[in-house]
Amino acid sequence: MLPELGHFALILALLLAGLQAFFGIAGPALGRDRWSGAVTSAVAGQAVMIATAVACLVGCFVSEDFSVAYVAENSNSALPLFYRVTALWGAHEGSLLLWILLLAAWTVAVAFGSGRLPPRFAARVLGVLGVVSFGFLLFTLATSNPFLRLDPPAPDGRDLNPILQDPGLAVHPPILYTGYVGFAVAFAFACAAMLEGRLDQNWARWTRPWTTTAWSFLTCGIALGSFWAYYELGWGGFWFWDPVENASFMPWLVGTALIHSLAVTDKRGLFKSWTLLLAILAFSLSLLGTFLVRSGVLVSVHSFAADPTRGIFILTFLIIMIGGALTLYAWRAPLLRSSAGFELGARESFLLFNNVLLVIAAATVFAGTLAPLISDSLKLGTLSVGPPYFNPTFMLSMLPLLALLSVGIHANWKRGRLGDSQRALLQTFVAALVLGCGFAFGLYSHGKVLTPIGATLAVWIILSSLVDPIDRWRRGLTLSRAVLGMTVAHIGLALAVFALTAVQSFTIERDVALAPGGTTKVGDYEFRFEGVKPVEGPNYEAVAGTLTVTRHGVPVAVMVPQKRNFWVQHQVISETAIRMHRGNNLLLALGEDLGAGRWSVRIQIRPLVALIWIAAFIMAMGGALAASDRRYRTARALVTSSEGATAGQPG
Amino acid sequence: MTPRRRRLILVLGIVVGVSIAGALALSAFRRNVTFFFDPTQVSAGQVPAGERFRLGGMVTQGSLHRAPGSLEVRFVVTDFNHDVPVRYTGVLPDLFREGAGVVAHGRLSGDGTFVADEVLAKHDEKYMPPEVARSLKRRHGDSRAEAVPATAGQGEGAAGAAPRAPTNAAAAPSAAGS
Repeated sequence: MLPELGHFALILALLLAGLQAFFGIAGPALGRDRWSGAVTSAVAGQAVMIATAVACLVGCFVSEDFSVAYVAENSNSALPLFYRVTALWGAHEGSLLLWILLLAAWTVAVAFGSGRLPPRFAARVLGVLGVVSFGFLLFTLATSNPFLRLDPPAPDGRDLNPILQDPGLAVHPPILYTGYVGFAVAFAFACAAMLEGRLDQNWARWTRPWTTTAWSFLTCGIALGSFWAYYELGWGGFWFWDPVENASFMPWLVGTALIHSLAVTDKRGLFKSWTLLLAILAFSLSLLGTFLVRSGVLVSVHSFAADPTRGIFILTFLIIMIGGALTLYAWRAPLLRSSAGFELGARESFLLFNNVLLVIAAATVFAGTLAPLISDSLKLGTLSVGPPYFNPTFMLSMLPLLALLSVGIHANWKRGRLGDSQRALLQTFVAALVLGCGFAFGLYSHGKVLTPIGATLAVWIILSSLVDPIDRWRRGLTLSRAVLGMTVAHIGLALAVFALTAVQSFTIERDVALAPGGTTKVGDYEFRFEGVKPVEGPNYEAVAGTLTVTRHGVPVAVMVPQKRNFWVQHQVISETAIRMHRGNNLLLALGEDLGAGRWSVRIQIRPLVALIWIAAFIMAMGGALAASDRRYRTARALVTSSEGATAGQPG
Repeated sequence: MTPRRRRLILVLGIVVGVSIAGALALSAFRRNVTFFFDPTQVSAGQVPAGERFRLGGMVTQGSLHRAPGSLEVRFVVTDFNHDVPVRYTGVLPDLFREGAGVVAHGRLSGDGTFVADEVLAKHDEKYMPPEVARSLKRRHGDSRAEAVPATAGQGEGAAGAAPRAPTNAAAAPSAAGS
């Protein structure tokens, strides 16, 4: 009963999405404002239906209804309740449903959270979101219905893939998807502005809080994924440049460019076409990410179920969405003239460089990710592109970006003179150089060429970001949340750069063979292997190895990595043990029984690696702070009262 | 400077920057991609001498040998036409097992042994890296490529209780063979 109800709710949601798209786009176009009124009802109805469908699927998982194919594939009677719920998005069908649910949530937020938008514009935004939702619902119902029944029902389920039986599954996909899907809102605003033919600064201002919020979620989602990949042994560490990781990183890079270019369009009315294109590009890359992950065209360590027919559907959808948006753009391009100019050293030019460099970075990642696919289809041989390509090419655009950032935040709009900030910049740079080199040569006394460069740039960004806020604070002036958020996010970025520099320069990795009682010294730490003992879990049995860690004879920790053998799928998964000590992250993984009483153990010591995730979280907080600035709310009130008011708004 | 000239300088700067970046990325690309070879190609000497590459195939049953207590392990990778002996020192991945697909990164040594510095076994319900499946398909046609992952999957699979959903049963061979 429950699956049929869910299936039915999904079909109703599809119909409502169609209505939402039709009324939202046709209503304003034909000048029928009463049609636009129906859009909000369609949004609400669709959200209720989708929530019902999700609840039904959760119900099937919780009640262990193995007559539902998706439940039988991804759950088992021995699976703990927590994972039975998160198994909902453990595979393709359910994660699509999650995508749709989050899109509905964003749509509801836009429909009811932006009451100050002009009604026609709001209807158009919701209409475009309806098109996106319609496409995904159709995709789900046609190719990946999670409610299909098995006949006869399975006696028991095949279990959730053991590697996904981890708390990471509960948080990483929902937050990452919230970010992905959030770019649909920016895309919808851009399309609505083009449909309306009013490409002034307003649409950029209205879009900014939504885009920044989506970006913050995406930042958090990527960081959580990176943390999960760090402690999951089979996934190659905190960042592996794997296609699936790149698929989330490309929208992030373009989204970062977008929030900066939106600032210019909002404040100065420049970069209009560029901003529109970025909004389209960011969402297209989100769709492409879904395509890459779900079609199985790329070899990835994270890819699970993959099915080429689904890929073709997503590719068609992608072509329709991007093609439609670009056609719209071509049609409206003549409206996109802007007369204002700016000097070479003005803030606009720094933001232009920011955009160019971020898009280049995204392009190099894109090239590296798709090269294997292209080479394979052109029969040029099967190749793989890994960190040796990505690291230097990515650095190539990131280093100038970081250097320009410190200067750019002191630049003025329109005028090219740095003025008083020149001295502050020089002072902060000298201080950063001393601290950065001190870190590289003093604290660690070794490292690579990039160690002092990365550390200096990171410290410079922090010091340079703090100059203005401290100055204002001293003079008793208040800081707007937008500026505060920007400062926090830039400091977060600097911390991430600092942490990445340290990790890349000073990581130690070693595989060792240890007999009980045996010791080994890695870095400053001494590891003593105490032996192994059997452990039993709810749906697995494990061998747990105990290692005592000391540093210069002082006890640090007792770490217990496990090797788990899951009963249902007979899959062996290493459960690593991690511990923080004085900024160093120790990671231990138990290998196999080597015979002669010895076991293999993998030991990793990464300094400051935890700071990468903390820094990403700080960046996301900065984004959230900026998105909550009052001026986005009051500005909207201003605009509706005097529609069309444009240039020269106070920042 | 007139606004026009300024814009020209800006655009020129961007163009030059982009082309330098492109050229550097291309050269990084040339030097840093690793190609995939299967045992037949390795035996035929198609691998450029000294180049780091990826070797993929199935781990031959009963070929796994280890000196007791040592981290060094030897096994044979096969595509059922030719074999390549592999030597690796370190912790093998969780999903590594005899009779399953494997991909190893490394170089050929003088005696024809592949010295791996990294061994990957994919976390996948089919225990079959796609490129290995493709290579087997090329060598043996569809039947073998489908039969091999199926047996590998069943041996480790859901111990009889496995319900094969209609969608997945249809998708599995095509995904492995594509």
